[in-house]
Amino acid sequence: MSVSDLTPLSSPAGAQVRAVHDEFHGDLLEVSMGPHHPSTHGVFRMIVTLDGETIVKLKPVFGYLHRNHEKLGENTTYLASMPYTDRLDYLNSMTNNWAYAVAVEKLAGLAVPERAEYVRVILAEMTRLLNHTCLAGFLMQDCGCMGTPLMYAFREREKILDLFEALSGSRMMCNYQRFGGCRVDPSPEWIAGVRQLVEAYGPFLDEFEALLSGNEIIMARTQGVGRLAPELAVSAGVTGPVLRATGVAHDLRKVDAYGVYPKFDFRVPLGDHGDTYDRYMIRILEMRESISILRQALAALPGGPIMDPKAKLRGFRPKAGEAYGRIEGPKGEIGFYLISDGGPNPYRYRVRPPSFINLTILEDMCLGHTVADAVIILGSVDIVLGEVDR
Amino acid sequence: MSAAPMVVSPAPLLERLPLDLRDAVLGLLPESLRWLASGLITILVLLAVFGLLFAYLTLAERKLLGRVQNRPGPNRTGWFGLLQPFADAVKALTKEDVVPRAADQVLHYLAPVVLVALSLMGFAVIPFGRLLVPVELDAAVLYFFAAGAATELAVFMAGWASRNKYSLLAAMRALAQLISYELPLLLSFVPVIMLAGTLSTTGIVAAQDGWRFGFIPHWHILTPWGFAGFVIFMIAAFAESNRSPFDLPEAESELIAGHLTEYSGFKYALFFMAEYFGMCALSAMAVTLFLGGWRAPLPFLEFIPSYLWFGLKLITLLVGFIWVRATMPRLRIDQLTRLAWKFLVPLSLINLGTAAFWSLTTTWTGPLYLARWAVALAIVIIPFVTLGRQLSAGNGPRTYRYAS
Repeated sequence: MSVSDLTPLSSPAGAQVRAVHDEFHGDLLEVSMGPHHPSTHGVFRMIVTLDGETIVKLKPVFGYLHRNHEKLGENTTYLASMPYTDRLDYLNSMTNNWAYAVAVEKLAGLAVPERAEYVRVILAEMTRLLNHTCLAGFLMQDCGCMGTPLMYAFREREKILDLFEALSGSRMMCNYQRFGGCRVDPSPEWIAGVRQLVEAYGPFLDEFEALLSGNEIIMARTQGVGRLAPELAVSAGVTGPVLRATGVAHDLRKVDAYGVYPKFDFRVPLGDHGDTYDRYMIRILEMRESISILRQALAALPGGPIMDPKAKLRGFRPKAGEAYGRIEGPKGEIGFYLISDGGPNPYRYRVRPPSFINLTILEDMCLGHTVADAVIILGSVDIVLGEVDR
Repeated sequence: MSAAPMVVSPAPLLERLPLDLRDAVLGLLPESLRWLASGLITILVLLAVFGLLFAYLTLAERKLLGRVQNRPGPNRTGWFGLLQPFADAVKALTKEDVVPRAADQVLHYLAPVVLVALSLMGFAVIPFGRLLVPVELDAAVLYFFAAGAATELAVFMAGWASRNKYSLLAAMRALAQLISYELPLLLSFVPVIMLAGTLSTTGIVAAQDGWRFGFIPHWHILTPWGFAGFVIFMIAAFAESNRSPFDLPEAESELIAGHLTEYSGFKYALFFMAEYFGMCALSAMAVTLFLGGWRAPLPFLEFIPSYLWFGLKLITLLVGFIWVRATMPRLRIDQLTRLAWKFLVPLSLINLGTAAFWSLTTTWTGPLYLARWAVALAIVIIPFVTLGRQLSAGNGPRTYRYAS
């Protein structure tokens, strides 16, 4: 199944539900979950209307973390926006940087040296490992595990963050990519560190899966919960693992074949049910593919410059025009749309955040399920509020 | 502890020690006050022992969870964090007690008090040792579970009185859980009562006396029906004491803190105390009903005082509670009730039949003895497997395809 095979489907959400105050049936219970609820993954708020414990209506509310990101982008130079992109999806600053760099490189017609492309792939796949590991941990926390999977996940995350820090100077706000390459050249010791991490990651995943994937309660809690139809997913513009869990083969690494991805041999796992368990398992399987990409990239990492010598960072003024650069981030398609009028700042700066667009189908997935399910469905969508609110 | 202050018993010194100590204290008092002092001392000792057990159980839980989760746990207060429980107590006592303006003031105040009082009542009938039975009661088991079931009402009180929507949902869940799990809990030990022929806890421990082949104890858990009963009892006990994976009323990731959302300071600590007391009481009952009470596991170990064996078994079960909490995710409320009604209740009813078969075939010897075991095991295992399959029908491991 690919995107073009599917006919659009209108959303079942928004259908008439019974009034909150109903003298005949009794009142429904309106609960405001968030913005300081322990499992809304940040300052997200859901106003859920409950019939017993069943959700009959769910209204997402966001904007608590709005900080004028796009307007800031229009008032700063191209380069000065790079650190701001770290703050979008603060778990995955490396892929945010890359997507923004791709957009600017397209706009200015810059070439990227091959070594930089390889380093970008290595960092992006490390970010994918980081994001999916954290997500699996958070999801299990939402399922009611007393922090054990989360602690295991964070132990691994720490190792990746240490490597990010060694390379870029910062654990989470990396600000590492530049237009036409990367900021610093990774040292051989750093590459050895990544190699060590990659070799240890498979056993960690085995351990994690042995604890959780076959767990009877996890399967009962997540299988058949929060089903998403592929038609609805496509018409809502959902991307990333959430889309692939519904069985739609849409991975920008294959579709766009950007960077040096065509050189690597990897597969795209697909789910058949589109439920929470599929969304969890797709991420685990994607991590295994990422490990294989990392192995190949580390083996084939070429020498040479890390920056295009012709790239000029200061006084950077791309000629007038527009460009949209996108990559497959861990959460889905992360894209930046830029219009240049020839000045030092973009005339228009727009972010396509995967979290925000994936979140739009939340009510459709939650209707008819219980409060407990809504929490894990939200967890399986994988949102970061820095990106949703911008 | 029997009412007569001076018991002449043939038991060895260590076994007698707690009673001797009590009698020494009583000897200091005038004759007319001894009956009252005897009761008060028993109560004080129970409160002190289980209060301390509660304090160190919280520490053990945090340490053990830390061990499972790759972190040290509390280690800053005293050696290995040994003073942590007292630091926590001081913190809880000095915290501001916030009561929501809209809350039902009386019920909101009463709920933790009632909860702790009720969860302490169960300890009165547990035989902690050969000579240590606080109250000798003919209907001890009945009394114990009546007191235990009433704790859930206190949880409901807390949820209802807080005037908070999360608390209300928690109260609703607590009641659903109570109704679902009280039945398998009660049914699971009916075979014990059937075979022991008594509701008294001392009588039940007495029924587990003696050794099979000279070294295997006659504990109920070592029979097919007893094992099934024990497993059902423990599952129901997890639900009864609101512990993970059945901590639905307090579901942190869903209901913030459930019925505890609007509690702070010492009232909050009381809820925790009650949870641990409930856990201890149910484990103590499980030890009494299925694990031979205070009896030693092997004949040559009988020289160790009985109350130490009881404590050891109790702590083993409590560690089990903590271990499960560290590993298991939470069930959903409908899955929880389904597990109770479609799995545990039928199994415990079938277990009655197994126990009846077992008690009717006590005379079978030789090859018939093996047949007795085979038949009883079949009656236990076959329904377990078939009902279990039905329960998880439609769920299972999946295989995934890859895009071409």
